[in-house]
Amino acid sequence: MELFINQVLAGVATGAIYACMALAVVMIYQAIDHLNFAQGEMAMFSTFIAWQLMQWGVPYWWAFLLTLAFSFAGGIAIERALFKPLAKAPVLTNVAGFIALFAIVNSVAGLTWDFTIKPFPTPFGNSPFLGSQLISTHQAGMIGVTVGLLILLYLFFQFTRIGLAMRAAAALPESARLVGINTSWMIALGWGMASAIGAIAGILIAPVVFLEPNMMGGVLIYGFAAAVLGGLSSPLGAVIGGFLVGIFENLAGTYIGHVGNELKLPIALALIIIVLVLKPAGLFGRPIVKRV
Amino acid sequence: MTAMLNIKDLRAYYGQVQALHGLEFGLNEGSLTTLLGANGAGKTTTLRAICNMVRSTGSIEFDGASLTGRSTENIVRLGIAHVPQGRGTFTTLTVEENLQLGAITRKDRAAVTSDIERMYDHFPVLKERHTQQAGTLSGGEQQMLAVARALMLRPRLMLLDEPSFGLAPLIVRDLFKILGKINREDKVTILVVEQNAQLALELADKAYVIETGRIVMSGSAAEIANNEDVRKSYLGY
Repeated sequence: MELFINQVLAGVATGAIYACMALAVVMIYQAIDHLNFAQGEMAMFSTFIAWQLMQWGVPYWWAFLLTLAFSFAGGIAIERALFKPLAKAPVLTNVAGFIALFAIVNSVAGLTWDFTIKPFPTPFGNSPFLGSQLISTHQAGMIGVTVGLLILLYLFFQFTRIGLAMRAAAALPESARLVGINTSWMIALGWGMASAIGAIAGILIAPVVFLEPNMMGGVLIYGFAAAVLGGLSSPLGAVIGGFLVGIFENLAGTYIGHVGNELKLPIALALIIIVLVLKPAGLFGRPIVKRV
Repeated sequence: MTAMLNIKDLRAYYGQVQALHGLEFGLNEGSLTTLLGANGAGKTTTLRAICNMVRSTGSIEFDGASLTGRSTENIVRLGIAHVPQGRGTFTTLTVEENLQLGAITRKDRAAVTSDIERMYDHFPVLKERHTQQAGTLSGGEQQMLAVARALMLRPRLMLLDEPSFGLAPLIVRDLFKILGKINREDKVTILVVEQNAQLALELADKAYVIETGRIVMSGSAAEIANNEDVRKSYLGY
C-alpha cells in the first residue's frame, strides 16, 4: 500500500510538469490551431538560460524570474518572426516551421552548452517532505509551484480584461476584431505565456532528468499525451490529463512486470492513439453547444 | 450638411471576383438608413468593406477621416459597431462576458458596469441568462445579445447585417422597435441591411437600393416604399 501511495504521489509530481507542457501546447493550439512540436525545445533552451545565469552567480529565484521574462519575450519574438508570416499558410508549411524551430533550438543549445549532461540545482532540497518517506521536498515543490501557477492562470483568464480578450480571440477571431481586439497581438501574447509556462516546466524537471539538449523529448511526448487525453480544446482538461498521465506512467512502470519501466514511452504513445480512436475530443473537450 | 459616413467609388473583391462596382452613398448623423437588395447584390460586402474585412478600393470617410488602410479593430475603436451576419456570438462564453467584450476597448469601467445594467433593462431575457453559455440562447435571444454587445461600445455608428434573419416575425418587430428607440434616444446612427424590405422601410427614414454592386435608387424611406419597381421587386405587391 505504501508503495502504491508513493508511486501515485511521485506520479502527481511528474504529472505537474506534464500538465505545464500540455497547457503550453493547448494555449498555442487554441490560438493558431497547430501543435507546437518545438515547445519542449523552447523549454529546454529556457532551462539552459536559467543554468547559465546561475553559473554567472545569479541567485536561484532571480535566475528563475529573469528566465521567465526572457522566455516570454522569446516566445513573442518567435511568433512575430516565424509564425505570424505563416498564419495563412497551409498546415504542412506550419509543421515544417515547427520542425525547423525544433532543430534550430536544439542545435544552438548543443553548440552553446554542448551535449554533456549537467546537474541542475533545486531550491527545495531533496530530503523527505515533512519527514515522510512518500515524497521528496523537490517533488512537493514541483507540485506546489505548478498548482500556484495554475491558480494564477485561472484568475488571469477569468477575471482580467486581457484574459477575456485572449479567450475571445482564440474562440472567434473575426468577432473579436469586431469588438476592437487586436487578435494578432493576442496570439503573440499566447506564445509568450506558453513559452514562459514551458520554462517553468523545464526548470522544475531539470533536477530530475538532468540538463542536456534532449532533456525535454520524452517530457513533451507525455505533454502531448496529456493534452490529447484531456482534450486539446480544454486548458483544464490538459492539466487534469497531465496529472493522470503522470500517475498512469508511474503505476505502469511499477506494476507491469519487468517491462513496465522500459515501455513507459510507448505506453504514452499508445495512450494518444487509444484516446484519438475512442474519444477524439478528449475527456474534457466539452461538446460545444451550437445553434445554426 | 456633410455626411457622417461618406462612401465614394467603392469597389470590393473576393479573390478575382468583383462584388462592388463603384458604390456611392452617405449617411447623415442621427439617421436610420436601410440598404435593400436581393441576394448577392453586395449588401453584406458593403458592410464588410466599411470595416475593412474585405479587399476594397475607393474612399470611405468617417467624420471626415479616411478609413482606408485602417485595421478592422482600429475602425471599431473609432465608434463603428458591426453586428455581422450570423450574429458573431461568442458561443462558448457567458452572456455577461459577451457584453463585457463589446466594451473591451473602453477605459471607463464604472460606466461599462452601468451600461451592462442598461442592456439588461433593454433586454430582460439577457439578465435572466447572464451566467449561461451564450450558445445556449435561442436565435432571437442571440440577436438581442449581438445588438446589446454592439451597443456596449457606445458606438456613434451601428451597422447591422440582416438582423431579422431566421427570427420569428413577432421577435423581429420587437427587435426593430428597440433599434428605433436606440436611434432616437441614444442618438446612434444606424445602417441596417435587410431582406425584409417592408419592415426595414417602416423603421428607416432613408433607404438605398443596391443591385449587382451599385446603388440604383435612393430616397426617403416613404418615397422608396411607394416606388413602383421597389414594390414589385422587394415588397411583393
